[in-house]
Amino acid sequence: MGSARRARKASGGKRRVDAGGGPAPTVCIRPVRRGDLDPIITLDATVTGIEKRGYWRSVYQRYGATPEAGRQFLVAEADGRVVGFVIGEVRDWEFGSPPCGWVFAIDVEPAAREAGVGTRLLVAICAAFRRAGVRTVRTMLSRDNTLVLSFFRSQGMMAGPFIPLEMELGR
Amino acid sequence: MKLQKNTSLALYSVLEFAADATRHISAAEIAQKYGVSPHHLAKVLSELARAGVVESVRGVGGGYRFTGNPRRLTLMDVIRMFEDFGLPEPGRREPGERTPVGRALGVVLSEIDEMAKATMSSITLATMLRLIARQRKA
Repeated sequence: MGSARRARKASGGKRRVDAGGGPAPTVCIRPVRRGDLDPIITLDATVTGIEKRGYWRSVYQRYGATPEAGRQFLVAEADGRVVGFVIGEVRDWEFGSPPCGWVFAIDVEPAAREAGVGTRLLVAICAAFRRAGVRTVRTMLSRDNTLVLSFFRSQGMMAGPFIPLEMELGR
Repeated sequence: MKLQKNTSLALYSVLEFAADATRHISAAEIAQKYGVSPHHLAKVLSELARAGVVESVRGVGGGYRFTGNPRRLTLMDVIRMFEDFGLPEPGRREPGERTPVGRALGVVLSEIDEMAKATMSSITLATMLRLIARQRKA
């Protein structure tokens, strides 16, 4: 899961991003293209500190290269530059749950935060999930990640009925 | 996570103030609304004022008003002003806590505490105000 700042209330149409000084660029949300991969890899590496080129290529192949109703890989573009992305898909009956949308990555360039970009990305992917026929959206993230937790909370998300469990497997 | 009475009072108060940062609210008004003694509440409010979350306004129509940032301040920020989450002093631990049963129970209880802290740390006052608005409509 990437990073997204608390975002202002979203609405339809194009929005302005205030990246600190100068005229604010207009933002549009659209499906990912192959040419977006490099800025996405750079953005992810900036936020997480790890460059994962191979991982992002496989994510693009699965979610971006061949459009499918349940799979979404959207980017936020401002002045021809990618400033954020969101990825997710509809999963059927996983963990015994009726079909629902899963958001498994959302990220906004640090300089473009606090302007509603994260909100618009989430609104867009939720709209796509709705079109795919589901009425619930879920995500999962580290409990230490209070920044992104706060963002999802601010969008109305609450703890769901599932509890993640794990254990060390040892050698 | 068991909250002390002062902590709950602080949360009630902060949410009342944050709902309208321009409004001055008296301690008596909040005390009456939540059924607590004004004397008790005054101590909580002075602690919030010391932390810069509210400021006292003197004179007619005085009271307190919100001075924090509702999009930044989380429930945990307020809770930490009144609760000590450090380890209990050795002398204050129950003898049973040192036994295998006590330690195992401690693991489960700390799992619950960590979840509670993560929840409180992720909910800003702005998010709470939206939840409250939803409760009003329900």
